[in-house]
Amino acid sequence: MLSKNQARTFFFAGTIISFLVFLGLTWHTLAREVPEQTNAKNITESVIRGKKIFDSNNCMGCHTIFGEGAYYAPELTKAYQRKGEAYIKTVLTVKTPWAPRGRKMVAYGMSEQDAADVIAFLKWAGEVDLNGFPPEPDLQSKVPAPSSSQ
Amino acid sequence: MKYKSQQVAWWFFTLSVILLVLQIVYGFIMAFAHMGFDVLHDIIPFNAATATHKNLLVVWILSGFMGAAYYIIPEEAEHELISVPLAKLQFWSLAIVGVVAVAGFHMNWWEGRKFLEIPRPLDYLVVLNVLLFLYLILMTLFKGKKQTTTALVLSMGLLFAALLYLPGMIWFDSQTMDSFFRWWVVHLWVEGVWELIMGGILAFLLIKLTGVDREVIEKWLYVIVGLTFISGILGTGHHYYYIGTPRYWLLIGGIFSAMEPLAFLGMALFAINMYRKGEKRHPNKIALYWTLGTAIMSFVGAGLLGVAHTLPQVNLWTHGTFVTAMHGHMAFWGAYGMLVLAIISYSMPLMTGRKMYTKEGANYAFWLSNIGMVGMVTAFAAAGVTQVYLERKVGMDFIEAQQAMAIHFYVLVGAATLFTIGVTMFIVNYFKYGRPTEEALEPA
Ligand code: HEM
Ligand code: HEM
Ligand SMILES: [Fe+2]
Repeated sequence: MLSKNQARTFFFAGTIISFLVFLGLTWHTLAREVPEQTNAKNITESVIRGKKIFDSNNCMGCHTIFGEGAYYAPELTKAYQRKGEAYIKTVLTVKTPWAPRGRKMVAYGMSEQDAADVIAFLKWAGEVDLNGFPPEPDLQSKVPAPSSSQ
Repeated sequence: MKYKSQQVAWWFFTLSVILLVLQIVYGFIMAFAHMGFDVLHDIIPFNAATATHKNLLVVWILSGFMGAAYYIIPEEAEHELISVPLAKLQFWSLAIVGVVAVAGFHMNWWEGRKFLEIPRPLDYLVVLNVLLFLYLILMTLFKGKKQTTTALVLSMGLLFAALLYLPGMIWFDSQTMDSFFRWWVVHLWVEGVWELIMGGILAFLLIKLTGVDREVIEKWLYVIVGLTFISGILGTGHHYYYIGTPRYWLLIGGIFSAMEPLAFLGMALFAINMYRKGEKRHPNKIALYWTLGTAIMSFVGAGLLGVAHTLPQVNLWTHGTFVTAMHGHMAFWGAYGMLVLAIISYSMPLMTGRKMYTKEGANYAFWLSNIGMVGMVTAFAAAGVTQVYLERKVGMDFIEAQQAMAIHFYVLVGAATLFTIGVTMFIVNYFKYGRPTEEALEPA
């Protein structure tokens, strides 16, 4: 049967090998692949300012981005592509809580500049290659159209 | 209990149970908001509630781990803690940083990084605090008569947990990089080094409660933590599917994370077998309940409910939905919440000299909280599956899908009430034990 020494060796060897492989892959991912996949060259000053605003207001505390965050408000990865600039600008600059369907967002009342930065950040996020996320709805076409009843 | 300094654990356990209560309060605030009653929006908007809920969770668990270490290490090392005043200083600084952080969340002082919302200036204080904690624990172990495997595994877990906090403190201009390293903390904690802490505490409890030979228990401990790292480190890849990282993570993350339940299965089999083998029938049955309970519930919550959405083909649809919240609740509760309550249940009678474990209330606390949690997780599951189908598969608007699932949050609140009654009974019992006493010390 397995001895305690063998068990210890299994633990240390397994851990060290896994960790080294993980470090190697991390390096490859971040140095070789991510810059291209995320269009790092498009991360302008404005995008960075936008990220800071996004971060310092904890937008992720209600929304998700890249599928990470909380589940109280819509996924924002493709918000720019879905809603367009004008809509987002209104949401960010209004002085009373935005609540189109009853669920309230915090009223940030941002300046034009801040809103533009956040929009730049969202535009960048929407262009990142996320390996197919968010997926296209695949059952939509199977839902029968409502029979118009008048 | 042999060493007087072990009693310092009481402070950490007390902080832990108080923060647990507060965490639950914020859970209800969010559940009501999901039902459509976001009445506190102007004072505590959802993002403040969620940051508080998640951070209180992390801090009460960590405080419980620290208490466990202060209790276990002197006993294992056969040496008093090197300094009780410094341990108290560490305790108060932890409590103060915690209070400031939570207050800050209500004043828009935070970082929008899930689970790591504590702003950087406070992060530095956390680091100092943890350094002091590690110094006290490691020096005690080092000066002690014995360095047992149990103590080593526990200390290694604590040390690595501290080291892994650091990558989470670096600022990145790219959301992808930010997310990449956020997982070094969040994933490598709960599916890596915290499992070492869990294994260490579990081994200690099993040695004490079942009387099985230490050599046997500690051998299996190595096997389990070996499985943890072999699957869990590369398993981090299950968070690198859809954040702007290359496709090979779909394969690596899928394969290795699918093996992660083995470690939790190991933990469960380990606990059950040691219990069966054990000759000793320790009178503190309720501590044994929580010990076996944590081993089993962690396998269900982390292992089974984790693997349920870990394959990239599934995760594409469930990523960032209530399916995640379903798993998050049972995993955190089963693996780490129950574990902290297990070490509390075991050590309180020994620290205070009062044998309250014979009280019926302690039993009800166990069953009500666990049945309540299973109910909550079922409600989250129903909401999650609904969300996946309506929003992701059919393409319904986000808020409209949410409104269609509001009913599941009524069920959630019902189950959460049961859970809360159970937890309240546990805590009432906790405070009935009172403070540690001199008489509780075993004559040398
Ligand atoms: C005790 C151990 C565990 C705990 C406490 C835990 C907890 C959590 C939490 C809180 C999240 C959400 C994280 C976030 O969005 O920031 C999460 C995500 C996830 N967990 Fe776990 N987990 C554990 C173990 C596991 C295991 C063993 C597996 C797989 C076999 C797993 C699979 C996943 C997956 C795939 C996600 C991502 C969900 C998504 O895409 O939204 N977890 N876990
Ligand atoms: C009365 C009890 C509780 C209620 C009503 C409750 C409710 C909630 C709600 C509504 C969310 C937010 C989901 C969202 O983002 O929209 C949440 C998040 C979370 N809660 Fe709780 N909770 C309770 C207790 C607990 C306990 C005891 C734990 C852990 C031991 C826990 C761990 C978590 C975690 C890890 C998350 C983040 C999940 C994720 O984003 O995937 N909660 N909770
Ligand atoms: Fe994970």
